[in-house]
Amino acid sequence: MAKYILQRLGYMVVTLYLIATFSFFLMKMLPGSPLRAKEKLSEAQQLIVLEKYGLNDPVPVQYIKYIGDLLQGDLGISFQMKNQAVTDILLNRIPISAQLGLYALLIGTTVGMLLGIAAAIKNNSWVDYSANFVSVIGISIPSFIFAGLLQYYVGVELGLLPIAFWGTWQQAIMPTIALAIFPMAIAARFMRTEMIEVLGSDFIVTARAKGLNETAVLFKHGLRNALIPLVTVMGPMAVSLMTGTLVIEQIFSIPGIGEQFVTSVMTDDFSVIMGTTLFFAFFFVFIILIVDVLYGIIDPRIRLAGGKD
Amino acid sequence: MENILEVKNLHVSFDTHGGEVTAVRGVSFDLKKGETLAIVGESGSGKSVTTRAIARLIPSPPGRIKEGEILFNGKDLAKLKEKQMQQIRGKDISTIFQDPMTSLNPTMKIGKQIMEGLMKHQKMDRSLAKKKAIELLDLVGLPDAKERVDQYPHQFSGGQRQRVVIAIALACNPQILIADEPTTALDVTIQAQILELMKDIQRKTESSIIFITHDLGVVANVADRVAVMYAGKIVEIGTVDEIFYNPKHPYTWGLLGSMPTLDNEEESLVAIPGSPPDMLQPPKGDAFAPRNEYALEIDNELDPPMFKVSDTHYAATWLLHEYAPKVEPPAAVKKRMKGFGNTGASPISKKGDD
Ligand SMILES: Nc1ncnc2c1ncn2[C@@H]1O[C@H](COP(=O)(O)OP(=O)(O)OP(=O)(O)O)[C@@H](O)[C@H]1O
Ligand SMILES: [Mg+2]
Repeated sequence: MAKYILQRLGYMVVTLYLIATFSFFLMKMLPGSPLRAKEKLSEAQQLIVLEKYGLNDPVPVQYIKYIGDLLQGDLGISFQMKNQAVTDILLNRIPISAQLGLYALLIGTTVGMLLGIAAAIKNNSWVDYSANFVSVIGISIPSFIFAGLLQYYVGVELGLLPIAFWGTWQQAIMPTIALAIFPMAIAARFMRTEMIEVLGSDFIVTARAKGLNETAVLFKHGLRNALIPLVTVMGPMAVSLMTGTLVIEQIFSIPGIGEQFVTSVMTDDFSVIMGTTLFFAFFFVFIILIVDVLYGIIDPRIRLAGGKD
Repeated sequence: MENILEVKNLHVSFDTHGGEVTAVRGVSFDLKKGETLAIVGESGSGKSVTTRAIARLIPSPPGRIKEGEILFNGKDLAKLKEKQMQQIRGKDISTIFQDPMTSLNPTMKIGKQIMEGLMKHQKMDRSLAKKKAIELLDLVGLPDAKERVDQYPHQFSGGQRQRVVIAIALACNPQILIADEPTTALDVTIQAQILELMKDIQRKTESSIIFITHDLGVVANVADRVAVMYAGKIVEIGTVDEIFYNPKHPYTWGLLGSMPTLDNEEESLVAIPGSPPDMLQPPKGDAFAPRNEYALEIDNELDPPMFKVSDTHYAATWLLHEYAPKVEPPAAVKKRMKGFGNTGASPISKKGDD
């Protein structure tokens, strides 16, 4: 297992390096410059600034310098935000997004799983139909619509919760719910299908034939087997939450990394865009690794295969 | 001998979109202490449903026990609450299923799967249960039980898995062991080993076994008595000798005639013509009549009752009625009946006197 994880970490570094290279050159091919917004500057002043940031060097030289800095953990400094180091900006903002994303993921999948299990046990009853209705709504309506609806009805009309910003737990509720609805819907649908299939399998009859009570049958024998496929969608789900935060943070004015990314793109803040892109890429690859490891822990058949080579 | 189980007039139905499937329609039999009763019959005849009803493992909905009694040591299992039944299932009545590849939980160590029953019914603690699980694996002939107890099902072959399934079923010394085609999914040499194991275990534990199979050779090998099922009913029941040497029901003749034996390879097998009835609309009268070349007028009107052939031998065919024409089993079947004499135990001929 340890060897397997090490091997995967190796692949991860290679992947990240490739992503860094591609994004770097793609960024360089884009029109626009960080100075665009500051056209008040004279040609000479612009030249001085570009020189100072090394932006006048040939692209390959810039690339080598960037990668060199990257290896030392230096992501450069922001062009727009008073020379703040990109790493500092990221470190300030990641925890906020992580918190929001994690809450949404945990709450969403937990509620979704419970819904899915209930729907599977009460297959073809009103419980099943309502769970299905909820998950269809959750999958088909994008999170920013929920965000808007929550802001308007719960925030403005009822005045129950603050409609923006971040810091108190009240402020966290609406963005978390808005973001949690999609993973909840996915988890509910998945869990229902898997659980129905698992509950129809022979080993469930074996478990019942031992005289186990229904709770033990469902949770000790059913759930674990139904969870295995859910783990595979958790990864993509976490990643889709990432894109979700881009929008939700904007709507609720939450100073997370998603909001930063959007702002930086608008202002051509090259080094921050690179930094955030790399972070997103890292997150993505990392999630895939976690999912694989989790998969191995839950499913002994995979664990063995992975451990052998 | 003492009856451990008495099934009386059992009816089991499934409510499906197409209507009510009457899977079991008035089955009665009893099971004695320490005996092996084989149930044979074509696919869909209700063998599994009958035994699952006994263990109360019929999924509901769509299934339900419509009528009848299942007396286990005098207690009617058909009327027990699910909670009470959980005290009996796995403890007094155990089941071995057909396919060992799917009947074990793939994500649970086999030791734990054996221990579950022990911890529930015998209130053993974890370490004691584990010790017992290792003993059971030894008993069912799995080598290196100490290490294997911590392995997962995918690390075992089909035959080994079936041994594990048997160990699970035996864990609490059940009085009744229901084996639903326990060897069908295994290859022939493994089949023989598993059968030997089951016979061996029965000698040691003196439990009663209900053994479902399609293989009449297996019946001759393991069973004391045989029940022949057709379209949700038992059409003939008797000792192995009675069923093999003096079968009375044309359906039993058909089954015997379609059974390959070693010493009559040159003959083609006689298949029973047609196919079993649709249990959504069971036919009026004798369900076997449309496929029965010996069918009488009355078969289309009235379902035959059980006629007594001997104290232990009954058959549901109008041919046993005193007014019925005397018919003999077809020659091919007779020849086979003689054939069994060459391979099995000494023939006992019991003349029917009805
Ligand atoms: N869950 C169910 N829903 C509807 N019908 C069912 C269900 N289970 C069994 N049946 C019906 O009950 C009848 C008897 O089935 P059963 O499984 O007892 O046959 P069997 O004799 O065991 O056959 P086989 O030899 O193929 O195992 C069949 O007609 C089958 O279609
Ligand atoms: Mg069956």
